[in-house]
Amino acid sequence: MTLPPFVTSRQKPFILALLGLGVVLPFAVYPVFLMKGLCFGLFAAAFNLLLGYVGLLSFGHAMFFGWSAYLTAHAAKEWGLTPELAILMGVALATALGAVVGWLAIRRQGIYFAMITLALAQLGFFVAVQAPMTHGEDGIQGVPRGHLFGLFDLADTMTMYYFVLAVFVASLLFLYRVVNSPFGQVLKAIRDNEPRAISLGYEVSRYKLIAFVLSAAFAGLAGSLKSLVFQLASLADVSWHMSGEVVLMTLLGGVGTVLGPTVGAFLVVAIQDFFAGIGSWVIIIQGVIFVVCVLLFRSGMIGVLAPWLKRRGITG
Amino acid sequence: MMTILGIPTQALFGQLLLGLINGAFYAMLSLGLALIFGLLNIINFSHGALYMMGAFVAWLALNFLGLGYWPALIVAPLVVALAGIVIERTMLCRLYKLDHLYGLLLTFGLALIIEGLFREGYGVSGQPYSVPSELAGGWNLGFMFLPIYRGWVVVASLVLCLGTWYAIEKTKLGAYLRAATENPTLVQAFGINVPVMITLTYGFGVALAAIAGVLAAPIYQVSPKMGSDLIIVVFAVVVIGGMGSIMGSILTGYMLGLVEGLTKVFYPEAASTVIFMVMVVVLLIKPAGLFGKGA
Repeated sequence: MTLPPFVTSRQKPFILALLGLGVVLPFAVYPVFLMKGLCFGLFAAAFNLLLGYVGLLSFGHAMFFGWSAYLTAHAAKEWGLTPELAILMGVALATALGAVVGWLAIRRQGIYFAMITLALAQLGFFVAVQAPMTHGEDGIQGVPRGHLFGLFDLADTMTMYYFVLAVFVASLLFLYRVVNSPFGQVLKAIRDNEPRAISLGYEVSRYKLIAFVLSAAFAGLAGSLKSLVFQLASLADVSWHMSGEVVLMTLLGGVGTVLGPTVGAFLVVAIQDFFAGIGSWVIIIQGVIFVVCVLLFRSGMIGVLAPWLKRRGITG
Repeated sequence: MMTILGIPTQALFGQLLLGLINGAFYAMLSLGLALIFGLLNIINFSHGALYMMGAFVAWLALNFLGLGYWPALIVAPLVVALAGIVIERTMLCRLYKLDHLYGLLLTFGLALIIEGLFREGYGVSGQPYSVPSELAGGWNLGFMFLPIYRGWVVVASLVLCLGTWYAIEKTKLGAYLRAATENPTLVQAFGINVPVMITLTYGFGVALAAIAGVLAAPIYQVSPKMGSDLIIVVFAVVVIGGMGSIMGSILTGYMLGLVEGLTKVFYPEAASTVIFMVMVVVLLIKPAGLFGKGA
């Protein structure tokens, strides 16, 4: 099996240009908005690892995002841990939850998989409603951002921004490496023809479980970062609305593409900010985007751009 | 006062009755989901939103047209069925050749739209809907006090569920429906209009949800959120029961309602999560669901 090179020579300038954009953009655009976009972009990229590359639709990713946010916030505020340790705790919790939920959910396929993940995430939501640690409707407020490695003061917005950017870039490169590895090839084989992958001797459930745990871990990382950026972890982060939003971001940006989910995340966050405060229109517009995407643009924004990107040799 | 296991019988039977009523709604909704899934291969995420719409149509009919509970019981399912037929004809019918997941995503989007529109129009707080005067009051049965309306909901839902079961399992039309679920191409070749059947099945499925909504209106308040709270529990019910059998859906619905009611008596903290716990146990023991076949 021959694999494409990790980054082709024609992709390099494109990637460097994107990185450069990431570095200079906070001087032109409100950095908190950018950080929100990056956190949700990472969340959507993690979700996309499952939907885009294994063909599994999880409707419960808010559980990993939200509970990781809660534990990070709790560790930073109540236990006074440094941000990197607080994030590590959140990610560890999301990974553990991912292992349990994944182990249960991969017993069924397709639509049942989606319903099981949704139901288990709702279980996580009800636990969050009752647990004293989460402070119910108030959430954990005023989470200190702290000093990264004891050196960098994250209370400074720009420092926080570059930290979020660094984590985002490193995570996306890692996820890109995963889907382009032999492991990733097996995942795609499972997505395209599961019985054939089984007959070739692959232990399909093990591959699915590993992909699920990875996806949950990165969703947790996104949630942890988000709780530090906004200094808040709340019930909204574990609710089914959040699970739906990450599906929307991925679908809008382009399922199974590397950058699509991030593009979708920025679009959804922009829509939220634009329509915030005028009643229920955010929900209605999100619903309309779902319907339009499913009926007309099943390949998402990146899919619309794909021919152009392909001509330039940026995508394979 | 009589007690059983230290629990006053009044509280025990009261919660069991409430559980049975919840179970009636679970049964009616999961029955509709199973019917729709059988023929359309779509899990109808907007089922909860259409149940809410049924309740709202009843409330709107009362407040703006002066139509009471009994006419609403006819009007609301008709209005919702019509909305469902429009949804099926304009949108869902384009998805039958695609992966099942697209149907889930589309109907999720529709649920957001419907819920959002009602929230925009009527706010998030609940609207009261009073019990019809014919069914007000209650009977003292000695061991418990039975509000007549609650008894009526249990009886009405049982009649509807069993009627649907009879129509599908014992009539000629039902035989066509079951045949079309097994092999639509062949049934079409025998000269039965399968596309019309699919449209009507969707309409009937959501009409059942709407009737459940009207029945629920006097018990719970009429609020835009009532559907999304319910649908996720109903999904868990569907996973537990499996969608293979009509009677299975009905039994699972009532059973889980009772389990929830019992939990409320003995360990109230777990009442909102017990159905999800049962789902976990069923997944471990019998992943295909209690009445399910295959994956």
